[in-house]
Amino acid sequence: MSGAAERPGSDSLAVASRRPDAEPWHGPTIRYDLVKEYVVAVVAVAVLAVALSVVLSSPDVRPLTIRQWAQSDPADFVATAVTELNGSSATATYGPPYNAWAAGEGQKLGPLGIERWAGVHVPVDTSVDFVLSPLGVAAQSDPALRSALNRYTAASAVQQQAWTTAYGNGLAHASFGDGGVTLRPGRYGPVPPMMTGLLGMARTGSLDADLLASPQFYGTDYTKPLLFLADGSFMANQAQAQHLSGSQWGMMNETGNYPGQAWLWLYTMWYQVKPFSTSSNGDALVWGTMMLLTLGLLLVPFIPGVRSIPRLVPVYRLIWRDHYRRLAAEPAGTVAPPVSHQPQRA
Amino acid sequence: MSDVTDITVPPAADPLADGTPAPGDERMWSARLRGAAVRGLPPGKLLPDRQPSYVASWVYVFGVLTLGAFTIICLSGVVLILKGPSWWHESSTGLFFNSIHLWSVELFFFFMVLHLWGKFFMASWRGNRALTWMTGVVAFLVSVGTAFTGYLSQQNFDSQWIGTQAKDGLNSVGVGSFFNVLNFGQMLLWHVLLLPLGVAALVGLHLLLVRRRGVVRPLPAPGRARHRGVGLQVSSAAPAAAPAAETPAADGADR
Repeated sequence: MSGAAERPGSDSLAVASRRPDAEPWHGPTIRYDLVKEYVVAVVAVAVLAVALSVVLSSPDVRPLTIRQWAQSDPADFVATAVTELNGSSATATYGPPYNAWAAGEGQKLGPLGIERWAGVHVPVDTSVDFVLSPLGVAAQSDPALRSALNRYTAASAVQQQAWTTAYGNGLAHASFGDGGVTLRPGRYGPVPPMMTGLLGMARTGSLDADLLASPQFYGTDYTKPLLFLADGSFMANQAQAQHLSGSQWGMMNETGNYPGQAWLWLYTMWYQVKPFSTSSNGDALVWGTMMLLTLGLLLVPFIPGVRSIPRLVPVYRLIWRDHYRRLAAEPAGTVAPPVSHQPQRA
Repeated sequence: MSDVTDITVPPAADPLADGTPAPGDERMWSARLRGAAVRGLPPGKLLPDRQPSYVASWVYVFGVLTLGAFTIICLSGVVLILKGPSWWHESSTGLFFNSIHLWSVELFFFFMVLHLWGKFFMASWRGNRALTWMTGVVAFLVSVGTAFTGYLSQQNFDSQWIGTQAKDGLNSVGVGSFFNVLNFGQMLLWHVLLLPLGVAALVGLHLLLVRRRGVVRPLPAPGRARHRGVGLQVSSAAPAAAPAAETPAADGADR
């Protein structure tokens, strides 16, 4: 916060301006109360933030639950659950950090498969974690479900695959009622009672609790229920309605008509343009590009050409226009007093 | 016990005045650190009450406004910490404080970006100020991470969606193995402790560097070459004391 009260320095304005950038300033000075400026800034921002909060509040769209998903869109829930059971879902085939590679090599940054190097640090077995384990809890009080579960786990992998594939195809003609899933007759093995059991658990909310349950009483890790939710279409449809999908610059948006993380605009922009938007390496390419640009921003003072831009773009003339005006108006023939570079208290 | 006449009274010295340690204390780590701190940033430099005459533009306000917004973010964040992560979903008072937290973050980034662009167009890295620029850039990046973990810690649909989308980018470069955006507990702790500490430390270092080097002087006047004195009336005494240092740094290099 500056006040007039200019005092001359040991150098005139012209002489002081000519000195190397690294030298201390010995030209004229003005009164400048840094503490007062900071306090005023805090008060100003506080007033602005309170005013915006009173007028606009903040968004808080309730989180989705698996219960809500199973009740609102049982077809999508069951179709997703079957892919989790037979290991064909997005999470089941994701690779590190959730599971070993089922197919493909994963994303690469140039020749570097960094995704693969990191390894499995958050292990997720969709068949066991999302379906068989929760059903095992329910089967303790349901003999029919226990029998179906035993039959499924005792079967060969090929047989299991045949049942789940047939069931997945059969869902195209399924109907969903309070009693569960009704399909046309087919060779589904024990999968129908298992899926009906899982749908029942999901509709009551017990699957939400089972997926969150950790080895200890307290839990704060939502990795499993979120991965399960993200594998279906229900969550993506909700996001689309809230203009949050990737093609809608979703990462920087916020639910409702609120500004989100606008500072991520450049990161989000890459996902809208080729080759990033179409490449199977898209995420790694975007991250590599952003890391390179970030390094460039960090090293601007050392990059020839880039560090010259401020001299070529006349914004600085606007910023220091008063200084240049005063410099031009300084009387010709100004003679600076002898240079004495003692710490200046002016 | 020695005779009282053997006691030597050290000469009166106030080591805090100029950082100079008392005789015999020169090798003490504390004395060395104090000496270096006082020499590098004497009180008049650390908290000056005068600035060069060219520090008179609205562009200088954005830095302190960023600092002001950071203060409000921390204060509103402390209130949210005191009441716990679920409070703002259940209470209108909590929602109000969450709103203050959100809007001060939006203002923080608004002012910070203006500050960054302003400093870019002023070529503020000149005169051994490259480290000041770099700490500012890193502070911006850590702030982005802090805000990001805040969005992940909201416990609402937005955090669900952002987490499930962001995991793919982070996993593609291996970061997701150690920084699990779907783990609410992990993200909350990063958001309320580690990252704010990082921002505070970087902002503190940035401010100390600004005070240490001072505010960068204006670029040479349009149409005038500083090293040649073109268009400037140069005093007879000054040329020798004002070397032609502009030439090697003519493209804005850090010198």
